[in-house]
Amino acid sequence: MKKIFILGIAALMLFSFGMTANAKTLKLALDADPKTMDIQEQLSGGMLQFSHWVFDPLVRWAQDMSFEPRLATKWERIDDLTMRFHLRKGVKFHSGNPFTAKDIVFTMNRFRKSADFKGLFEPFGETKIVDDYTVDITTKKPYALLLNMATYIFPLDSKFYTGTDDQGKPKDAVLKVGYSFAKMTLPSGTGAFKCTFREHGVKMVMERNADYWDKKSPGNVSKIILTPIKEEATRVAALLAGDVDFITPVPPQDFQRIQKDKKVDLMTYTGGRIITVQMNQKRLEPLRNKKVRQAIVYAVNNFGISKKIMKGTATPAGQMSPKGYYGYKETLAPRYNLRKAKKLMKEAGYADGFTATMIAPNNRYVNDEKIAEAFCAMLSKIKINVSLKTMPKAQYWDEFDRQPADFQMIGWHSDTEDSGNFYEFLSMTPNKETGYGQYNSGNYSNKAVDVLTLACQTETNLVTRTQMLQEIEQMIYDDAGYVPFHWQNHSYGVKKGVKAGPIINTLNFPYLGDLVIE
Amino acid sequence: MFAFIIRRIIQAVIVMLVISFIGFSVQHSIGDPVRDMVGERVSEAEREALRDKLGLNDPFLTQYFRFVKNACYGDLGISYFHNKPTMHVILRKAPATIELIFATTIIILLITFPVGVYSAINPNSWFSRVVMGVSTIGVAVPVFLTAIILIYIFGVELQWLPAFGRGDTVNIWGWETGFLTKDGLLHLILPSISLASIMLPLYIRLIRSEMMEVLETEYIKFAWAKGLNRYRVWLLHAFKNTLLPVITVIGVEIGILFAFTLLTETVFQWQGMGFMFLEAVERADTALIVAYLVIVGVMFVVINTLVDVIYGFVNPMVRITGSK
Repeated sequence: MKKIFILGIAALMLFSFGMTANAKTLKLALDADPKTMDIQEQLSGGMLQFSHWVFDPLVRWAQDMSFEPRLATKWERIDDLTMRFHLRKGVKFHSGNPFTAKDIVFTMNRFRKSADFKGLFEPFGETKIVDDYTVDITTKKPYALLLNMATYIFPLDSKFYTGTDDQGKPKDAVLKVGYSFAKMTLPSGTGAFKCTFREHGVKMVMERNADYWDKKSPGNVSKIILTPIKEEATRVAALLAGDVDFITPVPPQDFQRIQKDKKVDLMTYTGGRIITVQMNQKRLEPLRNKKVRQAIVYAVNNFGISKKIMKGTATPAGQMSPKGYYGYKETLAPRYNLRKAKKLMKEAGYADGFTATMIAPNNRYVNDEKIAEAFCAMLSKIKINVSLKTMPKAQYWDEFDRQPADFQMIGWHSDTEDSGNFYEFLSMTPNKETGYGQYNSGNYSNKAVDVLTLACQTETNLVTRTQMLQEIEQMIYDDAGYVPFHWQNHSYGVKKGVKAGPIINTLNFPYLGDLVIE
Repeated sequence: MFAFIIRRIIQAVIVMLVISFIGFSVQHSIGDPVRDMVGERVSEAEREALRDKLGLNDPFLTQYFRFVKNACYGDLGISYFHNKPTMHVILRKAPATIELIFATTIIILLITFPVGVYSAINPNSWFSRVVMGVSTIGVAVPVFLTAIILIYIFGVELQWLPAFGRGDTVNIWGWETGFLTKDGLLHLILPSISLASIMLPLYIRLIRSEMMEVLETEYIKFAWAKGLNRYRVWLLHAFKNTLLPVITVIGVEIGILFAFTLLTETVFQWQGMGFMFLEAVERADTALIVAYLVIVGVMFVVINTLVDVIYGFVNPMVRITGSK
């Protein structure tokens, strides 16, 4: 009798231990909370992170930058313009509505109403339903990046977002300003977590979706409490004090502090955002000279900036495409060489240097202001005297478009995770009508780059396309079309036992659904 | 009295108009709210369309008169970031700030009066000297530094107190209060001490010097001569007369406390009006900025009016000169 009793107790303890092991709450602190509940309203890193928690895409990027099937189980190319997706069966939205091909059509059509997504989905044509669990997604022209774009397709609950709400307004409206149903209502997605509470700017609670389709996911977080903590020092203090379990981003100046503390871990992951300075050839005569531009690139000590200013949280760059992108070319390394820089200046006839102006943001990229200051100091060594003006991001972008300075800083992350995006926005000759070169404030222009970049868009043969992209990267490198600094790393501070390693990636989308807490 | 209040209301309206006008004029140099609303990749044409829709492309005076007209109906516009009426956003954030200021005021009163009085009575004791020395440093240390140091000592190293936020709150008739939960009170300690730290040195010195002055007056000397109990002399006769100028200064200084909540709330992620305002500036949420300025302006006018009225009641000399 006694034995049975003890056994029973043991079993109970085991059981309850198992229970507590499965019920984990993650207290998460980010620099900002999701701006809206309508994932198609705003295109930003923060909104995409949120989309991965509460929704699922058709496919997603794995850590090694391969495609991982999510709501699409299989896909095949039918012809140059069409890709057929086979959808996962038995998936339910948080509202209880079943997920079918109809939701894909609804989602694709709604992208066209969103100012932010409209441009990205411009190459797409009609979406055709084959049966309940098969859809054909088409493009207007052959499009190499169809699968890359499928990582943006987070199917919406068409039933939930159709009809009119109690204010008599259509539920599917995508509005930037004022009330819209999708923006203000807790969303119905297919994701691992379901939003149960939200006070904008204060707190958001997400609870695990009990019917989540991905039974193989090792994730054991049952509840996420997200608090935005804008102040960097406070965010770090909250982690060190044990008030939160997971913070991102971590300011570089606090890296050592977190590494030294035994209760917390620091995780970093190479990111894809390149930080650059553009040299305006239209404004400043000397910058039209290739040798001067090269001299400037040679004068910049990328390694010094990554080490001293970024405290090792950045990878020094000689090109735009980070490793893993098709355009990445191993030989295009950073070129710091001061003697060569001085020699080039002499050859160009500017041995006595010249004066120039520069603008940079001071709260957009990690340590942006310090990087700009270092850049100016480095240029002074080749006798280029730069007067720098920095400003908050709220004012910066309008200024950037006006091009009031000879040097302008810009960081860029490719929306498609493909090299072509860099060239389209930053390197092609600016053209108001087509929109290409929209952020090329250096007015760098090379016909061959323009032609090849456009050709890449429709080239679906991977080998040829890779060659083409690398050729472009090489041309811009030789022309010294801009000054590369580094790729910013993503940084996460976590409490010991929070196994963040497997769920972080280049895209800075921590897949919290798969997060394991010990 | 009636004429006085009418005059005050007219003054208030003028102040409002001036504040809103200034707020409106500076908003263009703060930045473009549309930039924050859309992703970085959105084309110029799309942004222009949105700007048109928001009426941001109208001439300045058209925008201003539209704002004033709506404000007369109690509508101060819609926050671009929160997507709710600005009044609604500000009123929701107000309790946090008011509670913080209330707690701070209590701390200030509890510390400054005893310390100030003590150091006036015993100006040469070692305690008074230390207090005076420390308070000189106290004036010089900026509030965000005090706040971060406090967070590191009590939040990170000792782990006695929470480092950020308001903790658990209870909703009573629409007022989110942190006063009724243990967690809420614990969260209140560090922010209110930081905020109080800027005022403590000032008040201790003010009370000390006022009190020392009063102690020199004839009637105190007379009280000593009469052989009154010394506590009675200090606390009743001297202290009471120290109070009047101190109260006046407190009325004015509450306004300054409001200004310092901007920094304190940002460091502690305290979800009040100050935090909201700084965030609005960063996001160029101009509608919210202007609304905040107007509402804070109203509060200042009301506080100042109240101080004037009370002052008139307390001190007849003011009433007599004021009525002319």
